[in-house]
Amino acid sequence: MSPTLSQRATRLQAVVIGMSAGGLEALSQMLRDMPEDFGLPLIVVQHVPENHPSQIVEIFQRLCSLQVDEARDKDRPKPGHLYFAPPGYHLQVEMDRTFSLSVDPRVHYARPSIDVLFDSAADVWGDQLAGILLTGANSDGAEGLHSIARYGGLTVVQEPTEALADTMPRSALKLFQPDYVLPLAGIRQLLLRMDR
Amino acid sequence: MPERALEIELRLLIEAVYLRYSYDFRNYAMASLKRRVVQALRTIGCSSVSELQGKILHDPQAFMALLQYLTIPVSEMFRDPAYYLALRTQVVPLLRTYPSLKIWIAGCSTGEEVYSMAILLKEEGLLERSLIYATDINPQSLERARQGVYTLDSIRAYTESYQKAGGKRLFSDYYTAAYDAVLMDKSLREHVTFADHSLATDSVFAETQFISCRNVLIYFDRALQDRAIGLFHESLGHRGFLGLGSKESLDFTSFAEQFEPVSKRERVFRKL
Ligand SMILES: C[S@@+](CC[C@H](N)C(=O)[O-])C[C@H]1O[C@@H](n2cnc3c(N)ncnc32)[C@H](O)[C@@H]1O
Repeated sequence: MSPTLSQRATRLQAVVIGMSAGGLEALSQMLRDMPEDFGLPLIVVQHVPENHPSQIVEIFQRLCSLQVDEARDKDRPKPGHLYFAPPGYHLQVEMDRTFSLSVDPRVHYARPSIDVLFDSAADVWGDQLAGILLTGANSDGAEGLHSIARYGGLTVVQEPTEALADTMPRSALKLFQPDYVLPLAGIRQLLLRMDR
Repeated sequence: MPERALEIELRLLIEAVYLRYSYDFRNYAMASLKRRVVQALRTIGCSSVSELQGKILHDPQAFMALLQYLTIPVSEMFRDPAYYLALRTQVVPLLRTYPSLKIWIAGCSTGEEVYSMAILLKEEGLLERSLIYATDINPQSLERARQGVYTLDSIRAYTESYQKAGGKRLFSDYYTAAYDAVLMDKSLREHVTFADHSLATDSVFAETQFISCRNVLIYFDRALQDRAIGLFHESLGHRGFLGLGSKESLDFTSFAEQFEPVSKRERVFRKL
């Protein structure tokens, strides 16, 4: 018998999250009150302008009790940490479960690109990965989330009617039916269940 | 866990490339390489990596096409302007004390970093006494670097970066425009030697005072990063300078203790 959705939610190794326009607000709502010993690494690609130093790490350090870092080349993602891809670099996960960065060409006009992170994470973690796609005015992330689903991972899309920009969630829904389509409050609950 | 077919195919492809053409990608970070090989399948017209392997073994032109994906021929002038500012304020004053300079730009790609450096050196009055070695493994990129022709579109973006990098003149002083392209001033190239050199398989060729190697090490695994930094350490003369990409560091290499930071933020180091 194949495991139920909630069984799958408790067997995860990592969570990847993608977002663009409106993402910061959405993410902060979602991660408010996450316990500092949250049992999984949370890895985020947020579209940001390439040539400006991003304040996102500092902002989230203040907003949540997780340990917040910019993902560094060759670092190994750790539970309880929230990682952001650096502006201007694609973030990927290698088979030895360490991060790698690249300046490969932009994907969907974006670097970092959500697809690039999601594809590589799906490859590495397979059905032990959850992917969450939030608000955004760009279709980046839809194909990546589909890859996560194809590798047996858990897929979550923000309820488009709630999203500040619904192109990103709707692009995913056009491609396939994810496991969950939820408002932020629901995604928050789900995340808490993923915490082992 | 048994390996999946694609991983096996990739490993075999990389091995075939090494045995047939002596290009060594065996210690590269695989995630981005895999993505690029999968893209190459489409352009080269193969339906699987195994088929691509067969093709490149017998067809050097197909290999040259694949090499454009295995390497990453993307660059920008004055990428990270703050890096060039740090060089101007913290490295140039010390380079001035040398009667002649050898500078190595490793992984120079299509030349944008080389012209940026040449412009900086010229404005600081150091170009005349400098010899710049600009090296890469991709012969097509090196050829484009030698030609110094860039699109007008890209030049517009570089103009802003040039100014932020502390540029002292008009960026347009350094090129002539023709239609939708520009040709970089050839005086910038007079002190540059472009050469084929691999950080993975070749050894040190000169003693240098400053090495700039940006956004190359992120494509390597730790062992290969170590090898590359080892080459730089060997090539640099007493108290020589090393500049890396803005997300690269010496932290995971065995040379961390043998350099001191000059600008931590801009990843400029000095040999101890
Ligand atoms: C992303 S580009 C960086 C270009 C430039 N340094 C910059 O920062 O804009 C990476 C370059 O490294 C080169 N490269 C890859 N492997 C190399 C090796 N083993 N030795 C020397 N160069 C290499 C590639 O051909 C490519 O031109």
